[in-house]
Amino acid sequence: MSSPSRGPQPGRNAGQDGRADFRKDFIRDLVDAAGAPVVVMPLPAWERLYNSATARKIFIIVVLALGWEAYARWLDNPLLFPTLGATLAALRDGMIGGELPARISVSIGVLLVGYGAGVVLAFAFAVVAITSRLGTDVLETLTAMFNPLPAIALLPLALLWFGLGNASIVFVLIHSVLWAVALNAHAGFRAVSEITRMVGRNYGLAGIALVWQILLPAAFPSILAGLKIGWAFAWRTLIAAELVFGATSGSGGLGWYIYENKNQIEIPNVFAGLLTVILIGLAVENLIFGTVERRTVRRWGMQSYG
Amino acid sequence: MSDLDTEPPTHNPGASEPTASLLEVRGVTLQYKTPEALVTAVYRVDFDIVRSDRYVLLGPSGCGKSTLLKAVGGYIRPIEGRITLNGREITRPGPDRVMVFQEFDQLLPWKTVKQNVVFALRAGARLGAKEANEKALHCIDKVGLAGFADVYPHMLSGGMKARVAIARGMAMEPDILLMDEPFAALDALTRRNMQDDLLALWDDTRFTVLFVTHSIAEAVTIGSRILLLSAHPGQVKAELGCSGRDEIHPLTGAKLSDSIHRLLFEDIREEREEAGNELA
Repeated sequence: MSSPSRGPQPGRNAGQDGRADFRKDFIRDLVDAAGAPVVVMPLPAWERLYNSATARKIFIIVVLALGWEAYARWLDNPLLFPTLGATLAALRDGMIGGELPARISVSIGVLLVGYGAGVVLAFAFAVVAITSRLGTDVLETLTAMFNPLPAIALLPLALLWFGLGNASIVFVLIHSVLWAVALNAHAGFRAVSEITRMVGRNYGLAGIALVWQILLPAAFPSILAGLKIGWAFAWRTLIAAELVFGATSGSGGLGWYIYENKNQIEIPNVFAGLLTVILIGLAVENLIFGTVERRTVRRWGMQSYG
Repeated sequence: MSDLDTEPPTHNPGASEPTASLLEVRGVTLQYKTPEALVTAVYRVDFDIVRSDRYVLLGPSGCGKSTLLKAVGGYIRPIEGRITLNGREITRPGPDRVMVFQEFDQLLPWKTVKQNVVFALRAGARLGAKEANEKALHCIDKVGLAGFADVYPHMLSGGMKARVAIARGMAMEPDILLMDEPFAALDALTRRNMQDDLLALWDDTRFTVLFVTHSIAEAVTIGSRILLLSAHPGQVKAELGCSGRDEIHPLTGAKLSDSIHRLLFEDIREEREEAGNELA
């Protein structure tokens, strides 16, 4: 086959001045490397702790909490800024007294209905958009029109159409979720590589089966990002809407709890309500979305960010 | 039909019914649209593939060989002419013609190696769960990846991904395996290995494969018949038989690789001369 070493005679590969190369050709048997020494030095404890994202985040939260407590004590004005201790006490009393859990369940109940309906509608839009060019244009135009419109701005109209009740809140929730989720899902569908689509069609998949079995999982990183954004939009819209007209059916949600306690100048309760909103947000982000992310996109090696 | 029936005697030892074509391509012209123009990729191409062929489409880039393969896959409809498989015209993609691509994202990233093959068998070949499972493991074992069945594709090397794609293609037992430069994205050493392994697998089951490449060496190694295409638009330049070794070809009187090189090069030289004449 290809010519081996040419040896010492002068030629293209001969050494300089035509002298023989001092390196000899050889072939060697490999030694068993199983006994090669392995040296592992564990990192110091603080460095290992610092490498854990959870530890770093807990540290940040502790610093914030200490800052809160210190500032509130220094300010010494429980009407404007109660201490963390007083807030936690109010939170504990609210939870034990049963008022906060009731408010939370009202809020979450409405939220799930609105979020669920918004997500289902968003997928319907995205699927229609991906199947035809006209559908794409419809989605893009509607999103450009409605996505910048704050959900709260629709509230007066919703009140007029659906009356004072959960239906109005669900309406504005759908509006806040729909466009963000549809936009992300559609962007995800479009980013699915031509090869992946061709593979799916090669199996004889077409139409809704192709969308469900190929496009949906292939676009999942983008869809999940949309669901997270949608969740944040929905949560914030809900609290705002409840603040405006929360006590619709006699039992309001968390937003109404905050509003009511402000009127009664129960400021620690106001802070407890806000803290509850934050804690639920953190829990959903880290427990639900975090778990989904670990089990899907990260496991599949599909996550393109952070 | 073909006027080059002077093939050397060592070909196609497995073909029992030498005259029946599995795949017939007759006068096929293919066009595709770019936003600016309508491009004719392939012009009136004819060829025949019989069972157990290792049929290679070889040509410079721009000869439309990949477009032709996609047409056989059913992704593109010919403007004129027809493509038939077992006498039935090809109108859409289907599991009787499995594609193997060069791109690494041909494996579904949300499924493990085994799930990828099982999914293909269940969705495409419509096998039951148990049967699909057994067959998938068997084929994964055949390409030497038994230890990686439960691993996700992103943890595999490029060569291993190509092996999974081949295992999937073989498991589905298509009438013809369509390979679109499957080893082009691999490093040279891995590519050599994959070529040898593909031939070893072929020795085992004698599947029919239509193989697209732009490498003369790969065509000579892989092919039992080689169709040479010229560029812009793709037209058939020659069809040569191949024994698997780079021997003197009776039709050209030169070594096969040299013959191919000359046939492809001749074209380019002519084109350059024409361009030169136009300029003059």
